[in-house]
Amino acid sequence: MSENNPRGPGVSRRQLLKLVGAASAGALPVSSATADAEHAPAGHTPCGAPAPQQMPASAQVTTPPASPRYTFFNFEEVLFIEAAVDTLIPADEVGPGALELGVAPFIDGQMDSGYGRGDRMYLQGPFIEGTPEQGYQLRMTPAELIRAGIKDVDAHCREKYHVSFHDAAPPDRDAVLRSLEAGTAQLATVPPRVFFDVLYELTLQGYFSDPIHGGNYGKGSWKMLGFPGIGGMYADKITEYHNKRYVADPVGIQDLT
Amino acid sequence: MSNKLKPVDMVIVGLGWAGAIVAKELASTGLKIVAFERGPPRATTPDFLAPQVHDELRYWNRHELIQNLRKETLTFRNHPAQTALPMRQLGAFWPGEGVGGGGTHWSGLHWRWLEWEHKMYSGTVAKYGRQLIPPDMNLQDWPVDYHELEPYYDKFEKSCGTSGKAGNLRGRKIDGGNIFEGPRRSEYPNPPLKPNYNMVLFERAARNLGLHPFPVPASNASRGYVNPDGVVLGPCHYCGFCTAFGCEADAKASPHFTLVPLAHKNPNFQVRTHSLVMKVNLDSTRRRATGVTYLDPLGRELEQPADLVILAAYVFGNVHLMLHSGIGQPYDYDTNTGVVGRSYAYQSGAGVGMLFSRDTSFNPFMGSGALGTWVDDFNGDNHDFAKSGYIGGGGLEASSNSATPIGHHPTPPGTPRWGSAWKKAIVDTYQRSTGIGGQGSVMSYRQCYLDLDPTYKDAFGRPLLRLTFDWQENEKRLMQHQTEVAANIAREMGAEHIFSRREAVRHFSIVPYQTTHNTGGAVFGAEPHNSALNQYLQSWDVSNVFVVGSSAFPQNAGRNPTGPTGALAYRLADTLKDTYLKRPGPLVHA
Repeated sequence: MSENNPRGPGVSRRQLLKLVGAASAGALPVSSATADAEHAPAGHTPCGAPAPQQMPASAQVTTPPASPRYTFFNFEEVLFIEAAVDTLIPADEVGPGALELGVAPFIDGQMDSGYGRGDRMYLQGPFIEGTPEQGYQLRMTPAELIRAGIKDVDAHCREKYHVSFHDAAPPDRDAVLRSLEAGTAQLATVPPRVFFDVLYELTLQGYFSDPIHGGNYGKGSWKMLGFPGIGGMYADKITEYHNKRYVADPVGIQDLT
Repeated sequence: MSNKLKPVDMVIVGLGWAGAIVAKELASTGLKIVAFERGPPRATTPDFLAPQVHDELRYWNRHELIQNLRKETLTFRNHPAQTALPMRQLGAFWPGEGVGGGGTHWSGLHWRWLEWEHKMYSGTVAKYGRQLIPPDMNLQDWPVDYHELEPYYDKFEKSCGTSGKAGNLRGRKIDGGNIFEGPRRSEYPNPPLKPNYNMVLFERAARNLGLHPFPVPASNASRGYVNPDGVVLGPCHYCGFCTAFGCEADAKASPHFTLVPLAHKNPNFQVRTHSLVMKVNLDSTRRRATGVTYLDPLGRELEQPADLVILAAYVFGNVHLMLHSGIGQPYDYDTNTGVVGRSYAYQSGAGVGMLFSRDTSFNPFMGSGALGTWVDDFNGDNHDFAKSGYIGGGGLEASSNSATPIGHHPTPPGTPRWGSAWKKAIVDTYQRSTGIGGQGSVMSYRQCYLDLDPTYKDAFGRPLLRLTFDWQENEKRLMQHQTEVAANIAREMGAEHIFSRREAVRHFSIVPYQTTHNTGGAVFGAEPHNSALNQYLQSWDVSNVFVVGSSAFPQNAGRNPTGPTGALAYRLADTLKDTYLKRPGPLVHA
């Protein structure tokens, strides 16, 4: 695990919010409400109505965590994505979790990219539900899908657990993601499995891709896996290392530019 | 302003392997030739320089070098009674875009197809009679045999600096090469690449089982090489970023540097990039092409008159342009008549994953695109069809291509897809996991074809191509058999756990990436009732249109299509230079 990670290993979401708030204190008007939000009751109501209209007074003056690294997701969406990637790839004794490797801001960046806007997708109608073999048939871009899916899943959680996804207990978050993966959750807008698959792929991409894209902080996943990165020239090594583990400090694109 | 440009002698549609070979081989003629490429120009410097080119997310997941579906895609269904729906995201196959086409991002497996693979119909009937052939199978011979193509196969290997070991030199069988191959006039221009450890185990196991392993012919240069045209290829670094990536070392042969610069020795050769050919224009008789209409980079629709039109796009582009332009009779499924779009085939896959003991290290990130050890004992007609229960065959290999971690973090079946248990599994298996992969032939069938979609249009208003395809019983049996053979080899290799990589195959799905080895739709043949092109790749109907590429193959084989695609392109160049250009007109009278 990288010692250079300013967020350190094994940071929880709540600690992260605090760290982000503290880190931005020098550059932005201090938002004392950031910390308050941590102590506020979770932004939900018993009836499961959307949170913003019925937030407790202490939360209504809250500004989102002032992370300059989120340009696409709003506060609620950030909380969802951070909780989701933390559930999918948690920090543990095996290696770093998705949260500390920056997978959430990676996904944020992808949403706000050509990929997120579907610039290489065919998005002309008519839109007809096909067979699984015919693949994705929605009219939504990946960013639209993720945004709609987050709202859907939060609503689903409020109905079932009376809290938003990010405030649900870890076993409940686990169960929700499993029901999305299995396609059994009832969502208002998006097909659960399609949403899960895109979220899952993005999480893996943020966890494993070159750090130049904003995830895989400190090449943490590469170190964990034993992938030596992108600078390998193995013509003189491939024979020498037959059945001998080749270990090297991983190299990323930025290390060579 | 007039939209009609000054006439040229010849236009080439698509600047991948096929188009670039024809352009380069015709450079000496000095003819006015314009090549149209729908994508951008590409050059090793600056487009493929390291370290930026070693970016898995950009090239593998975001498909930097692959066709942009927003502009053109196809629709797909499994069978004719379904409604075809558009392929909205890239999946099963990745057609290239830009100068060099698929050649910039291929792996480099550079095969000569076996003698039988050029005469699948007559070769099968001679051995087994007709009773093995299902009634819906369009089994057909190539109109040229291996021996006629051999000089062109040879020329293409030398241009690409292919690394390998001959198994049949002028009829002399050589142990360690592919003893099943047709006779070759010469050894490969470069020695085989160095094997990785999994390949050593595979080779030993295959030999123990009485099989005949050999190094996969690889157009990844095993050493520095100057080809007969004076083009320099660098030695492969085994960097593990090959398939889907450009090569910064010029070790992986690609038309953007092996061919296109030589085509420019013709001062009258011009490449127009970002230029999409919309259709081939025909005169009022519909028997002669007058040129092409294309969209220039500004979106202007321009007409380029030409005496000769070479379609050298990807399989789908060639067939789409023929159908949209009205060249030849479109295939009609209901009546089983017509030829353009008929006999499309995909390629089958098979294989097993393996886990070895925890002290095993495969270093799977050390690799090259075509680095592999292969057995052909169950490929082509090297086995008994009657006994195996299907027509065709497949090759099996242990390869070491890449282990970039977004795509490569294998886990055994039953492992969760996420969470702490998943993390533990991927770390546990990364070094001790390997596999045996296979490619199998796919025959052509009446119900597997290409035509124009009645509903969906591309970004320019043209109907999309419609693909109708599913696995048939013959291919399901082939995949099952290949997987069983792979499991036998895996056991002999000493694997602790062996698992099938594919769930029981039911329907072909366009979703997961499988292979970009599509064939057919503009098949060449001896007779116009079952082929769109004559033996010279010339349209039976419009004699100044030639169509080159794996679209000409009557069915697919259990190996990669680039070798024969290149050989056909070299042969076409000779046909044009030696025959057609001297006396334009139909080269075969129907």
